Amino acid sequence: MDKKYQPIIGMEVHVELKTASKMFCSCKNDPFHAGKPNVYTCPVCLGLPGALPVANKKAIEWTIKLGLALGCKINSLSKFDRKHYFYPDLPKGYQISQYDLPFCYQGKVETPLGLVGITRVHLEEDTGKLIHQEVDGQNVSLIDFNRSSVPLVEIVTEPEIYSAAQAKEYAKKLRQIVRYLDISDADMEKGGMRLEANISLLNVDSQMTNDKPISNLKLPNYKVELKNINSFRFLERGIEYEIERQKEILEKGETPIQETRGFNAEKNRTYSQRTKEEAADYRYFPDPDLPPINIDSKWLGEITKSNPVDFDLRLKSWQEEYRLKPELVELLFETASDADRLDEMFATATKEKLSVEKLVNAMVHKKIKTIAEFKKLTSVDEVSDEFLLDIIKKVLLANPKAVVDYKAGKTNVINFLVGMVMREAKKKIEFNRLVGLIKKSLA
Amino acid sequence: MAKKHLTSEDIIHIAKLGNLTLNDKEVEMFKKQLSSVIDYIDKLQEVDTKKIEPSSQITGLTDVFREDKVNEERTLPQDKALANTKSKANGLFKVKAILTE
Repeated sequence: MDKKYQPIIGMEVHVELKTASKMFCSCKNDPFHAGKPNVYTCPVCLGLPGALPVANKKAIEWTIKLGLALGCKINSLSKFDRKHYFYPDLPKGYQISQYDLPFCYQGKVETPLGLVGITRVHLEEDTGKLIHQEVDGQNVSLIDFNRSSVPLVEIVTEPEIYSAAQAKEYAKKLRQIVRYLDISDADMEKGGMRLEANISLLNVDSQMTNDKPISNLKLPNYKVELKNINSFRFLERGIEYEIERQKEILEKGETPIQETRGFNAEKNRTYSQRTKEEAADYRYFPDPDLPPINIDSKWLGEITKSNPVDFDLRLKSWQEEYRLKPELVELLFETASDADRLDEMFATATKEKLSVEKLVNAMVHKKIKTIAEFKKLTSVDEVSDEFLLDIIKKVLLANPKAVVDYKAGKTNVINFLVGMVMREAKKKIEFNRLVGLIKKSLA
Repeated sequence: MAKKHLTSEDIIHIAKLGNLTLNDKEVEMFKKQLSSVIDYIDKLQEVDTKKIEPSSQITGLTDVFREDKVNEERTLPQDKALANTKSKANGLFKVKAILTE
């Protein structure tokens, strides 16, 4: 990409927590398996007058857990605020969220394409689900409040993501960490994890930047919000499209309009959803129904203690101890308990003098699950050279063309011969041993 | 006569935030009324609050939580949840179509 324009990207990711009950009431939190609409609701999550929300302690602890895993600082005093706007999926006319005192702030996420700063991690409630369809010949929107008030964590980054590829890496890493902590299924297709990217282009030429790092430059005076993306691939493609679209506008000497855009995967392009004519006026104020929350050192200590080994540290220690490639071994686990089981397995394998590296390879490529299976896979039968040489003789006689080919320099044919010998012998024999014996016979 | 002078734009903006549509006459009426309400509230500025901490809570409560437990007794069956609306279809609340592309 030409370096005249530097993409500046910030992300907002929403993740639904998989607590048993909802955020502010005791309704079941299971919107994806409810079967029927509006069966997990009560006066609180329907926003009926006089209902009193009470915060789910576990959801708060899980939010702090995530914040700690992202290296965040934790506010010792926090609270919930009301964010006001009108939309049919929001029955109270406000969403309970967090404004100036989020549970967590100032963290970071390591990606293969560079560090991404985390501005804040806060807890809020999800909205109901809107379904747009035709009923009795009329276009209507239908609302299911099973999802209303499901605990929703929002993770906001600094504008420190500099390419579509890095945005994808960041989102993937975040999902890995969330799943590792076992606090959310983060299912993107169902909407359990939702991605938003704020994208703008910085005209680098105009800022004389030879030795300044990008983070010191003045940010562009506009940003385009890309919303409703339900896969990592669409995130990457949507951002790539936006970069090209904005570049064309800037090249004409114009400024892209500040707006919200969606991504149409079929047409592989973004489209305008909503133009932001005026700054949103949410009239945040502290929710008087929900008393402030003190996160004292005792409680924070308990949460810290319950957190598993840091995700990155774990991969690093495996790499150092067993030479395991992170991109390979990470295919073998999701949650921290999965990783604990792997740890035990690796220790056992080491004790039995088995190669952990080979074990992991077999687990990834041959789908084996246990050390016993691995042993069976790698064991070889005990056979004598004489026994094998006998079979090789037979195989060579039966395949004269292969012999001619080999002598003519087509040495690849040896693989075919090894296969034939193994089949004939009906035994598991080390590949290289057979190659040696066959070569000897052919000489 | 009110000291505060809200403009017609202010009134229209406030009405929009409250999801209200006002006609021109109402805009004029509320311009006067809301301005005088703000004047009245301004009286509070006369109180000396230098030594008072800002507060959004009057109960004195802190750290009120619930355990993460489902209580089905508090959950409404579908027909009860929908009992107060006439606008429904197939177990869902029904509203005018929200525009999407």
